[in-house]
Amino acid sequence: MNKMEKALHELAEMDELAAGTSPIHGLCAPAKLLTTIAYIAVVLSFGKYQLSGLIVMVLYPVLLFQISGVSVGSFFYKLRIVLPLVMAVGLFNPIFDRRILIQIGTVGVSGGVISMLTLMIKGVFCLMASYLLMATTPIDVLCAALRKFHLPATLVTLLLLTYRYIGVMTEELAVMTEAYALRAPGQKGIHVSAWGSFLGQLLLRSMDRAEELYNSMLLRGYHQHFHYAPVKKCTGKDAAFFLGCTACFLLLRFVDLAQLLGSLFVR
Amino acid sequence: MHMADALLAPAVAATMYVASGTAAGISIHKLKKEDDPAKLPTMAVTAALVFAGQMINYTIPGTGSSGHMCGGMLLSALLGPQAGFLSMVVILTIQCLLFGDGGLMALGANIWNMAFYGCFVGYYLIWRPIMQGKLFAGMGAKAGQRARIILASILGCVITLQLGAFSVVIETSLSGITELPFGAFLALMQPIHLAIGLVEGLITAAVLVFVYESRPELLRDVDTSDKAVSAKRSLKATIAILAVVVLVVGGGLSLLASGNPDGLEWALFGNAEEGYSENMGLDEESFGVSSAAADTAGAIQEKTALLPDYAFPESESAVGTSFSGVVGSALVAGVAVLICLAGGFFRKKKAGA
Repeated sequence: MNKMEKALHELAEMDELAAGTSPIHGLCAPAKLLTTIAYIAVVLSFGKYQLSGLIVMVLYPVLLFQISGVSVGSFFYKLRIVLPLVMAVGLFNPIFDRRILIQIGTVGVSGGVISMLTLMIKGVFCLMASYLLMATTPIDVLCAALRKFHLPATLVTLLLLTYRYIGVMTEELAVMTEAYALRAPGQKGIHVSAWGSFLGQLLLRSMDRAEELYNSMLLRGYHQHFHYAPVKKCTGKDAAFFLGCTACFLLLRFVDLAQLLGSLFVR
Repeated sequence: MHMADALLAPAVAATMYVASGTAAGISIHKLKKEDDPAKLPTMAVTAALVFAGQMINYTIPGTGSSGHMCGGMLLSALLGPQAGFLSMVVILTIQCLLFGDGGLMALGANIWNMAFYGCFVGYYLIWRPIMQGKLFAGMGAKAGQRARIILASILGCVITLQLGAFSVVIETSLSGITELPFGAFLALMQPIHLAIGLVEGLITAAVLVFVYESRPELLRDVDTSDKAVSAKRSLKATIAILAVVVLVVGGGLSLLASGNPDGLEWALFGNAEEGYSENMGLDEESFGVSSAAADTAGAIQEKTALLPDYAFPESESAVGTSFSGVVGSALVAGVAVLICLAGGFFRKKKAGA
């Protein structure tokens, strides 16, 4: 299986996940979208030394992973490309910020280490939240929700069409690279001399395809905008989810639960 | 160049969202005015193509490394800046949502860094002036056109990627989350993206020349008639525009990269602090001369000495200081594990029933 096929596989996996039937999948998309945005905003607003306050925020993704039945392993698999990047930038913090902030036994922990950990945890939490949103919401439902928030129809339609066409184009590409690899064994990637014609050929093909696509859309009555299948209406339950979650986020932002809990046991 | 959420402060992320949102709004408005509904599927398919194209790695001969394309210049040469920009917006959104490439909050910044420069700056300041100019006119109509495409692609990709990388550095520094000194970060980012930009420029040029050979009518601002190119802008004007761009970009960047990172850092961070506002008024020249490019190490040391004055919050609010915070965090972790165990337990029960 080459890289393109793997990507296709991952896309299909997301679609399958999103088609689940857990209580989280059952919530309406606007509520989930707003809650995700609220969560990310609150997580990002923590200061760079507020590690203990930030850690409490893990409860939201953990609960959601559990209720929705989405596997945590699949999330970390997806994160494998992004995580090193976040860590690489945070790595410099311990070097430049050496003031000791905590003493654990005889070991002093510097501010740089704490801010590095905070940075990494923030990155992971934010990714978890958006991953959970995508894994519990099909893309067309999400697009319908975006329309509800009055995002321009052009943009939303483009998003939906592009998403649908990524699969098709990737498949095409998979076939082309496979054919290329078979004719050029032992060669990594595509040789310089074939760059232009390879991508160019794909481009021309896709342009033709776009024309056909548009014609067939016209034949089926397309007129400037899509009609989305009736989406589940938002009920009191959805509003309660959004308001409850946001209230909890704000509470956890301003009251350090970890600190409170700890002070029950330690003086 | 995709930035993660954790790198950005909410205020910076929101500002970038507003900036990118405005550009997107203007683009949508312009497209609506053009009223060409057939364009939408074309945009979608080209966006999908660029998305797929980003997945192939090209071997870079001689180095053993590989690169992939980004696509802003390619899209705006084919679709025009507005449609190209919107396509890039969609590509970046899908990458962020489905592949975790770049954060949801950082999306605004990512759109600005990768789509805005590539499409608007790349098109209006580089692609169009070069294509409408008379550069290489002596080589004959077709060869001249080809040379112009190659020049515009390479120049466009290099300059727009440099601008993008520069923006990444500014946004990260303004957020103040990493301790990376501005100058050092800049010195890391710009050369790397110079190489990437060159490769991308070559790829873009190769693709566009191929398109020009087989279907020239698909390209923007390319004269498809076989007659001599009718120039709306003279060679002089084109060169003048290019010179200004190169001067601003090249001169500006090199000045910032090698001049005095300290001074800029102060200007960026020190605004709110009383003590530093005076420093901003310092004579720039005497300041710059004393801190040469080679003295970066010294500059960094100087900065670490300065950092505690403004970067550290009062220890009262630094909750990480106390031991009870550590214990509490451990308790929360325990609760999280319990939730996981409970969830697994209930699900197994359900499966068993």
